Amino acid sequence: MAVGVDGDSADEQAPITARRPGEGVRRWSHGSRVPGWDDAADLTKDPAGVPDPATTPVPADLRAEIEDYMSRYPDHRSAAIPALRAAQERYGWCSPEAIEQVAAVMRLTPGYLSAVAGFYDMLETQPVGRRSVYVCTNISCSLRGADELYARMEEELGAEENVNLRHFECLGACDIAPMVSVDGIYVGPVEPDEVAELAEQIRTDAAPLPAKQLINRKSVDPGSAPR
Amino acid sequence: MSHTILFADIDEPGLATLDVYRRRGGYGDRLRKALQMPREALVEELKASGLRGRGGAGFSMGTKASFMPKGQIDKYLVCNADESEPGTFKDRELMQKCPHMLIEGMIIAAYAAGANRSFIYIRGEYVQQAVIIERAIEEAKAAGLIGERILGTDLDLDLWLHRGAGAYICGEETGLLDSLEGKRGNPRLKPPFPANQGLYQGPTLINNVETLATLPHIIEMGAQEYAKIGVQNSTGTKLISISGHVERPGNYEIELGMPSREIIYGLAGGPGEGRSVKLWFPGGSSSPVLTGDDLDIPYDFDSMAKAGTMLGSGAIIVADDTTSVVDVALKTAQFYKHESCGKCTPCREGTNWTVKMLERVKSGEATPMDLDIMAGVCENIIGHCLCVLGDAMAMPVGSMIAKFRPEFEEYIEQARAANPWGSSEPPSEALAAQGAFA
Repeated sequence: MAVGVDGDSADEQAPITARRPGEGVRRWSHGSRVPGWDDAADLTKDPAGVPDPATTPVPADLRAEIEDYMSRYPDHRSAAIPALRAAQERYGWCSPEAIEQVAAVMRLTPGYLSAVAGFYDMLETQPVGRRSVYVCTNISCSLRGADELYARMEEELGAEENVNLRHFECLGACDIAPMVSVDGIYVGPVEPDEVAELAEQIRTDAAPLPAKQLINRKSVDPGSAPR
Repeated sequence: MSHTILFADIDEPGLATLDVYRRRGGYGDRLRKALQMPREALVEELKASGLRGRGGAGFSMGTKASFMPKGQIDKYLVCNADESEPGTFKDRELMQKCPHMLIEGMIIAAYAAGANRSFIYIRGEYVQQAVIIERAIEEAKAAGLIGERILGTDLDLDLWLHRGAGAYICGEETGLLDSLEGKRGNPRLKPPFPANQGLYQGPTLINNVETLATLPHIIEMGAQEYAKIGVQNSTGTKLISISGHVERPGNYEIELGMPSREIIYGLAGGPGEGRSVKLWFPGGSSSPVLTGDDLDIPYDFDSMAKAGTMLGSGAIIVADDTTSVVDVALKTAQFYKHESCGKCTPCREGTNWTVKMLERVKSGEATPMDLDIMAGVCENIIGHCLCVLGDAMAMPVGSMIAKFRPEFEEYIEQARAANPWGSSEPPSEALAAQGAFA
């Protein structure tokens, strides 16, 4: 349930309780006098328990994948992140249905898994585009023009529904700054005149800047040369 | 440069495969030698090598291993591959090009620690590297190098790769353990240290990728030989990541104790033509900054500590004289604000307010008093939280204000002159005409 934080939505949502009859203290529909966060918990609802496996259908392959993760750890709860990632890959984001299904397999509450998903940057708690495009805008990259790169990328891809374009904290590739991660494929350094080409490759699902992929980069250390 | 241990021939085609790695001596005599030593002797050997943790804290690896309790209980080994410190990218190159070196090191460390379950916690952003490691682990398992009775000894070891999902705090060892247990990555109160109560409340040894990858080489060379490289208290070689305003950014393997100038100018080529070094982070964004006058400090743990900063993860970020220190401070503070897990108030609020004050500096609404308040905020963060994330913002930002205070003050003046109304609405012309604001 989303509760607006600005004054406008206060008018739309009728106060549900008053302190004393006749003398109304305006309350938001979640019962508080303060607007709270965008995703404030619905305090009027009972907490959800572990979903009933009988009434929660889970696709067989997703179930098998999650159970495989669970078998790797002494405590099956450790599989929470891999399981949520698997569900996210299937449904595009950690939707309530996705979390319900993971919870049913892992025998955890959806609330617990939502809390985990909310902590990590790469687990999406809102619907997003399928393609993850992260532009690093941390110190090293911004020294080499990452903020301008992000602005250009946003111009190119900002309206693209299929693309989840985000500026990201250090992605660990400062040697190719400024850099972009396209579904985990690191490319860089991305020059301003390459942005249009990269955007087109992302739109058409082509390999991003093949000549500039990090995976093919040779070591710069002179000591690493064969002796 | 005379000593290249980890990066020797790192670009050899196929080094990521078991065959090529074995041909280069991997999983061979040195591993057998390590596993045939009595456990105590191996720990002593690691101590004698003087190897200090390469992840940031610089704690003696052998001493850490010796803290592991004895006895038949479940013990764990965790490799911290959540390399998220801004400016650091050495583990990425090592894991991507030579994953078996890490796995071999983990076998040795697991034997030293008496652990029989191990995990590599890699950051979620490293997708391609995770695939490479996953493949290497499968190869090692198929070859009997991971599993039961490794090389005919009594050592049983299970190894899994665990991918994170994007949280800097999971590089903090206890935050990593919580994350590995499937929780939000909130750091824990220490003590108890992980060696006593770590993963699943069991004794746990946690080490960085580079630290673990060095172990096979220490066994091969012998601790005495390894300790001859480098300087006192900082033995061996170190992978350093140089980035920012340098001509040849990248990872270099250096002998500890090398003059910083030789690294920044000699190896990385220094800033471009006609530019000079204004400030540099010697050990990732968490380390207090040094200036262009500090380039002659030898690059080792003790010299950096003496200069009031730290070697950290070995990540040098260079900013040249075209850079505004306010921008660097704001970027740094924004990063820690975003990554603070929110568990401890000084860090959660301190990083947030530091960002707000720096934004005021940028928008022209700050006064020099804000600089004093910022310094005070930093003071109140340091040492008052469960982990050092807050300190990691307070130290560099504090050092920038201390070392570049005149520039901050000048920036405040200029921003105010350029933008007298700050972020608030300028007054209507009619009111201004009446002289209401004169």
